[in-house]
Amino acid sequence: MYRSNVLVCGGTGCTSSNSLKIVDKLKEELKAKGLDKEVNVITTGCFGLCALGPIMVVYPEGSFYSMVKVEDIPEIVEEHLLKGRIVTRLLYQETVEEDTIKSLNKTAFYAKQKRVALRNCGVIDPEKIDDYIAQDGYAALGKVLTEMTPEEVIQTILDSGLRGRGGAGFPTGLKWKFAAANDADQKYVCCNADEGDPGAFMDRSVLEGDPHAVLEAMAIAGYAIGASQGYIYVRAEYPIAVKRLQIAIDQAHEYGLLGEDIFGTGFNFDIKLRLGAGAFVCGEETSLMTSIEGKRGEPRPRPPFPAVKGLYRKPTILNNVETYANIAQIILKGADWFASMGTEKSKGTKVFALGGKINHTGLVEIPMGTTLREIVFEIGGGIPNGKKFKAAQTGGPSGGCIPEEHLDVPIDYDNLLAIGSMMGSGGLIVMDEDNCMVDVAKFFLEFTVDESCGKCTPCRIGTKRLLEMLEKITNGQGTMEMIDEMEELCYYIKANSLCGLGQTAPNPVLSTLRYFKDEYISHIVDKKCPAAVCKNLLEFSIDKDKCIGCGMCARKCPASAIAVTDYTAPGKKKPAYAIDTEKCVKCGACMDTCKFKAISKG
Amino acid sequence: MKSLAELKAIRDRAKASLDLRKENPNAARVLVGMATCGIAAGARPVLNAFTEEIQKRGLTDSITVTQTGCIGICQYEPVVEVEIPGEEKVTYVKMTPEKVARVVNDHLVNKNVVTEYTIGGYTK
Repeated sequence: MYRSNVLVCGGTGCTSSNSLKIVDKLKEELKAKGLDKEVNVITTGCFGLCALGPIMVVYPEGSFYSMVKVEDIPEIVEEHLLKGRIVTRLLYQETVEEDTIKSLNKTAFYAKQKRVALRNCGVIDPEKIDDYIAQDGYAALGKVLTEMTPEEVIQTILDSGLRGRGGAGFPTGLKWKFAAANDADQKYVCCNADEGDPGAFMDRSVLEGDPHAVLEAMAIAGYAIGASQGYIYVRAEYPIAVKRLQIAIDQAHEYGLLGEDIFGTGFNFDIKLRLGAGAFVCGEETSLMTSIEGKRGEPRPRPPFPAVKGLYRKPTILNNVETYANIAQIILKGADWFASMGTEKSKGTKVFALGGKINHTGLVEIPMGTTLREIVFEIGGGIPNGKKFKAAQTGGPSGGCIPEEHLDVPIDYDNLLAIGSMMGSGGLIVMDEDNCMVDVAKFFLEFTVDESCGKCTPCRIGTKRLLEMLEKITNGQGTMEMIDEMEELCYYIKANSLCGLGQTAPNPVLSTLRYFKDEYISHIVDKKCPAAVCKNLLEFSIDKDKCIGCGMCARKCPASAIAVTDYTAPGKKKPAYAIDTEKCVKCGACMDTCKFKAISKG
Repeated sequence: MKSLAELKAIRDRAKASLDLRKENPNAARVLVGMATCGIAAGARPVLNAFTEEIQKRGLTDSITVTQTGCIGICQYEPVVEVEIPGEEKVTYVKMTPEKVARVVNDHLVNKNVVTEYTIGGYTK
C-alpha cells in the first residue's frame, strides 16, 4: 500500500502544458530514490484552476503545486516526498501564509465552489473503475435496480428540480417521463457531448475526469424509460475524452456494470460511442440524432419531439454531460438534498468555464443563485492588469452580454433570460474596456454564419445579412437606419428559424444593442471605435514632442509607413517621426516597439 | 457484477487509497521525522509500517500518516509525533517498525499513550 498520493492533472489544459512529461519524470525520480512502492502517482481529470497549470497535488498533506515544470520534479521528490519538507516556493502562493499552509478549500478560487458534477474531477484516476467505485460509484445504479421502480426514479429526478445543463434548461425528469410514457419495442438514451460553444469546456472536463459518472447515469436513465441502448455523441476534437470514455465503457463491461443482466436483475444496458465531425449544429438535439443515424447533421422540425420519435424514429431522451453528472448524486443523496441548493426555479449547481479577461481562467462549479460579481471578482480573481470590467458573455453564440449594472443579479436560468442573455452550456467570457462590443457581436455572428447548416432560409441568409451590416458598421460605412433594420431582422430570424441555432443566433447582436447602443452609435456617427479595436476606424499617430527620433518604429513598420520629419522637439537631439496614415496597415507593431509611449491609437 | 455485495467489496478494497486524497481536518495525525537524521536512523521503514498498519485496520479515514522534517532531537531519531485532535501531542522516540503496531493499537485506537516509548519514558 502507498503512503502518499501524487495527483497530476491530465486534463486537456494541463496536458497541453506537458503534464504527462511531469508524470514520467516523477515516476523516474521515485524509482531512482526507491520510493516507487511508497508513493503513488495518479493522472487525474481537471482541477479547474487551468490558469495555473500544470497542477500537481500531494496527499496526505494536500500541497498544491502550480505551474510545475519538469525541472522542478527532482527537488519535489527529494525534499517533499523523501524528506517531508514541502517546497513552499513552488506551491500555489495563495495557499502559503506566513508559517502555515492554507487548505486549498479555503482559497478564494475554491472556497465558494460547491462541487457536485465535478466532485471526482481531480480526485480519481479516470482510467480506473475501482477509483470511481470507491467514491460510491455505481451504488446509485445498484440502488435503482434493486430498490426502486422506474416511476420512483423519474419522480426523484422530477422532485430534485434538475434542469438540462446543455442550455435550454428543460426539466430533466419531465423529459424522462415523456419518453417513459411512450410504448415502443426499442427506446434510446443519448448523451450530448458535442460541446461546441466557443469558450465552454465543462463537458470535456467531466468526460476526461469522471467518465463513469456519465455511464452510470445513462444506465439509470435507461432503466427509468425502458431503454437498453445508449449512445454518447462526442466530438472527435476531444481525443482524451474519447479515449477515457472507451476505457470506461470497456471496464464497466468487464465488471458487468454494462451489458446483460446487471446486478442479476435482468436489466440490460449497453453504450456505444459516436464521434462528431465538428459541426456546431450537431449539438442541436434533432441534428445530433440525425448524425448518429449516419446522415448529414441537419435539424428536423419538432414536433414530433424526441421523446415521441427520436433516434431511428423511436422514443429517445437526450441529456447533456453535465446533467448526467448530477444524476447518481441525486439518487444517492435524495431529491431534497439537491433541491436545497440553488434558487427557487433553478436547483443545484452549475459549472462555468471562465475565460477571457480574467485572472483565474478555468472551471468553477457554484450553486445556482451566485452573483456574477462573486464569480468574476472573488472566485475568478478579477480582471488582469487593473482594467475595468465591461461585460460578461454567457451562453456562447446563443447568449448575450451582461453589463456591469447586472453584476449583482443571482445567476439562474430565468434571471439570465430576463436580462437578455441565457445560461447556455456555461461558457463565461469576461470582457474589459479593451473589448469592442460591436466587434464581439460580429465575432459570434461570423461563427454562426460559418456553422449554419443551411437547411432553413432565415438562418442561412438572415445571419449572413446581419453579419454584412455589422461589417459595414465596423468599417465606418454604417448608417443609423441599420440599427433598426438589424433589430427587425434579428426578431425575424429568431421567430422563423427551424432549430435552436438560428433561433438564438441573433442574441449577441440584440443584447449588445440593448446595453451598448452607444458603441454602435460611435461607430456609425463619429466613425470611431471607443475601445480602439475596429481597425478601419483606427488611426495611429506619433506625438512629435514625445518622440526622441530613435527610428525603432520606422524599422519595425512592415508597410514602410513611418518616416522622419524635419521637426525636432525642444530638448530632443533628433527629429521626430510621423506615420503616413494612407500607407498604415494598423498592425500596431510601432506602438509595441516604442519605449517612450509616443505612439497612440484612437 | 451480479450483486450489490460484490460492488461493496470492490468499494471497500479501493477506499483506503481514496481516503488518502481527502483533506480531513479532524483526523488524527502521525508525523514521522524524515529529515536526513531520521532517514539515517531508519525512519522510512517506520513510516511504511504505520501506513500499512493503518490501512490494514481500515483506519485511513480517521488517521493521516505524514512526514515532517527534523524537530531538533536528532539523537532520538526515528522520532514520531502523534496528534489526536483535542489532546496533547505525544512524541515517541527511537521508533522501530516492531513498535508501530502497539502505538496504533494502544494509543491511536484505544487512546492509551504507550509511555515507555515516549521521549519521557526513554530518558528516565
